[in-house]
Amino acid sequence: MTSGLWQNWVLPGIWITVQLTLYSAALATAVAFGVGMARTHRSKAVRFLAAFYTEVFRGTSALVLMFWLFFVLPPLLGWQLVPMWAAVLALGLSYGAYGAEIVRGALNAVAPAQREAGVALSFTPWQRMRLILLPQAVPEMIPSFGNLAVELLKGTALVSLLGVGDVSFAAYLVRLATQESAQIYTVTLVIYFVLAFAITRSMKALERKTKANLGVVVK
Amino acid sequence: MTWDWSAVADFMPRFWDGVLVTLQILVLGSLLSFTLGLVWALGLRSESRFVRWPVGVVTEFVRNTPLLVQLFFLFFVLPEWGVQFSALTTGTIAIGLHYSTYTAQVYRAGIDAVPAGQWEAATALSLPAHRTWTAVILPQAVRRIAPALGNYVIAMLKDTPLLAGIGVLEMLQQSRLESAATFQYTEPLTVVGIAFILIAYPASLLVRTLERRLAR
Repeated sequence: MTSGLWQNWVLPGIWITVQLTLYSAALATAVAFGVGMARTHRSKAVRFLAAFYTEVFRGTSALVLMFWLFFVLPPLLGWQLVPMWAAVLALGLSYGAYGAEIVRGALNAVAPAQREAGVALSFTPWQRMRLILLPQAVPEMIPSFGNLAVELLKGTALVSLLGVGDVSFAAYLVRLATQESAQIYTVTLVIYFVLAFAITRSMKALERKTKANLGVVVK
Repeated sequence: MTWDWSAVADFMPRFWDGVLVTLQILVLGSLLSFTLGLVWALGLRSESRFVRWPVGVVTEFVRNTPLLVQLFFLFFVLPEWGVQFSALTTGTIAIGLHYSTYTAQVYRAGIDAVPAGQWEAATALSLPAHRTWTAVILPQAVRRIAPALGNYVIAMLKDTPLLAGIGVLEMLQQSRLESAATFQYTEPLTVVGIAFILIAYPASLLVRTLERRLAR
């Protein structure tokens, strides 16, 4: 592969893939905690809305959602999303719905006596959440969030179909320019694998750190 | 921008064609991923390191790289190697191969969950290895495996639009063609989005019921 293609397309493409992953992971985390905590709320209406959100966004395909945000929303609202942000929104909202299930599961897994202790000390619901439930639930969420982050990284490849210049899009251009499909696509797959490996490793480190705070040792 | 029911009506013939192709990919892709996944799972349990190691590397690699890029890889590289498949066949193989690495983990967990006493009983009866697998272990493992496999079938359904990227005429591609012809983006894309929810949500309820029933 000529170095021009590498420097002008593939390297910036990797950077865009990394940015996309970080932005959508940030949005997905916010959505996951918001919706996940709402699913344990006292009010039935709040629980229902949160469950509805999860089912809708888990039920449809991320790619269809992305196309919808990109092509349907602009005429509906009268403004156009930059492809990059349509992509971040679609990825963040749909992976956030998966994350919400992780948050809910981890919150439910905290021993009931912990919540009762909070009630006995007359903590407000928000204090119970912030001081008792979340500190114990978050370390439990990390392995599942790690898997989800790898899924999210792989999901970012979809943006190339909207013409966002991520590493998959760069691969497509390089293929058109050089006609060497095997080479560029092998390189691209290896790039994704390395990124996924980095995510897996850092999540493992994070898990060890947060669990150490609770006095649990992870092997 | 207003909703135009006539655009929905115009899209319907194409939509049904897309639904059929989507379901076809789903059925064949599931069958491929179920069989190939079992092969990987058995390979990962092999006595020989020379089987275990390569199978582990291949499945980890496939699992941690995007389906879309694998799809393009197969679509553009196989012809270079002199293997020519249609876009639909290539897409089905890609999706089946990708998900086989997930089902392999499901099989592995299911097989590990069969009590050790069952293995010992098979040994005590001096059953040959293939009889141990087909008559004792797998029938018990399958019961535990079914719900998890169902979840991956739903995940596969939601990944079928990726095949639009290589021009397979499934639901999303049909809506893109319709939009390109009529400049109506809202209706076809919304119909397809709702179709996914209408298929995926009852399917996930079904899997949940199955899970509860088998857990008893």
